[in-house]
Amino acid sequence: MIVDLSIVAVKAFIVIFMVLNLAGVLGWVERKASALIQDRIGANRAAIFGFAGMGLVNTLLADPIKFLTKEDFIPARGDRLLHTLAPCLALFPALVTFAVIPFGDVLIVGGREINLQVANLNIGILYIFGMASLSVYGIVIGAWASNNKFSLLGGVRGAAQMVSYEIAMGLSVIGVLIVYGTLEPQAMVRAQGELLWGWLPAWGVFLQPLGFLLFFTAAVAETKRLPFDAPEGESEIVAGYHVEYSGGKFLMFFAGEFAEVVTAAGLVTTLFFGGWQVPYLLRDGFHFPGGGVLSLAPLAVTILQVLAFALKVVFFCWLQILLRWTLPRFRYDQVMRLGWKMLLPAALVNVFITAVWIVLRQRPT
Amino acid sequence: MIVFFILAIASIVFSVLIVAQRNVVHCAMALAATLFILAVLFLTLDAPMLGILQIIVYAGAIMILILFVIMLLNPAAIEARPAAWWTIGSIAAAALFFQFAALLLRVPLPSAGPAVPDSFGGPESIAQTLFTDFTLPFEVASVLLLVAIIGAVVLAQRQR
Repeated sequence: MIVDLSIVAVKAFIVIFMVLNLAGVLGWVERKASALIQDRIGANRAAIFGFAGMGLVNTLLADPIKFLTKEDFIPARGDRLLHTLAPCLALFPALVTFAVIPFGDVLIVGGREINLQVANLNIGILYIFGMASLSVYGIVIGAWASNNKFSLLGGVRGAAQMVSYEIAMGLSVIGVLIVYGTLEPQAMVRAQGELLWGWLPAWGVFLQPLGFLLFFTAAVAETKRLPFDAPEGESEIVAGYHVEYSGGKFLMFFAGEFAEVVTAAGLVTTLFFGGWQVPYLLRDGFHFPGGGVLSLAPLAVTILQVLAFALKVVFFCWLQILLRWTLPRFRYDQVMRLGWKMLLPAALVNVFITAVWIVLRQRPT
Repeated sequence: MIVFFILAIASIVFSVLIVAQRNVVHCAMALAATLFILAVLFLTLDAPMLGILQIIVYAGAIMILILFVIMLLNPAAIEARPAAWWTIGSIAAAALFFQFAALLLRVPLPSAGPAVPDSFGGPESIAQTLFTDFTLPFEVASVLLLVAIIGAVVLAQRQR
């Protein structure tokens, strides 16, 4: 009992630790990568004894100290309680979603099977959507509690955008759910270990290419980053919903945004890119389609799988940062049109085609 | 059992806060908290699917739309209502309470319910019931929602 509980606690700690750390590192990557893309030098002012470490001192040391020591400003006619509650509501859903994302297969230690996933829910996908739907509160409440016209506009925009794209996101996943026939993320990843025609891994992206594009677009829109950052829109509404936030509370909004980026990457990896699966790697080693076999120890296999998962997640984080610094911001009406008139019908068509295909395939010929 | 009492007391406190507060956004947040606690109660009652759906539909969608409307209309604070409405409302609520209390007192407390099968409250069993025993109510409800959506579109068009 105590052993089981401590295993779960350790897993939860590792996952939250990794997500928050990756979020912090992404802050550095974003500043340096944006500089690279825009042909600037980027953060290099803060240095310890002349050592700036590619801006690492700036983003990982100077920035946090500045954030944590700044005055916590609450607008005079704002709402003290809700103004403080909002950043927590923004950070919470992004951190708990990762609980159902499997980061590896079972690890066998001393005869005890450890499922490399914090919580194995049989309705894991629904849990993810439940938590994602709660992430709107942080914006709406923060925007309202600031008692500022610009932040209120940002909050209204954010609420409309996130509710709209949640629908497209939910529908785009239904295709994947039909194909794998489960709501369990771990079972879904296991199903992606099979091979199509003997050589192509049965990853979601090959079975549901349209579903992947729709889901990724909707997921980027849910993180409220460019090209979907109408709720922030610096050039129009200053900084949108967090214009009245400073210091630690702003840091929480900021960290929440990057944690959402990591979670979105984890979801795309799990649903469409095989999660922890390495192509042709089974539990006892590689089985290549040509017939070659390379056996590996179970521990080595597990490490490879966890590494593969981490690599995929980092890749999709990088892709989102690249997207942010490549595309310009959509106008607000364009955001709404894309969500309701393009993504939603396309997702419905995708569900319909997938369902018909499954029914035809299952019918005895 | 302890968990149940903590959740029950918390949900009662937040329910009272819904009607007792003057600030509309505070009331809405209390309602959201109540819905969330109800979802957790479902989780403890072996109905995880129902709990998650409660969060997605009520806490995640309906409450957000209510907040959205509050923010667009921005009622600073509701003016005090005439006393007559207060009394009529209180009398109706008290009558309802005694009706329910009489019913509840007659129900014996279950000592320990029969163990539920593993599939209880899972997506499969809910889908089975919904699409076999309750197909007609399910379809009728969807038609009702469609009518409501069409009505909303018609009303919005007329105002242009």
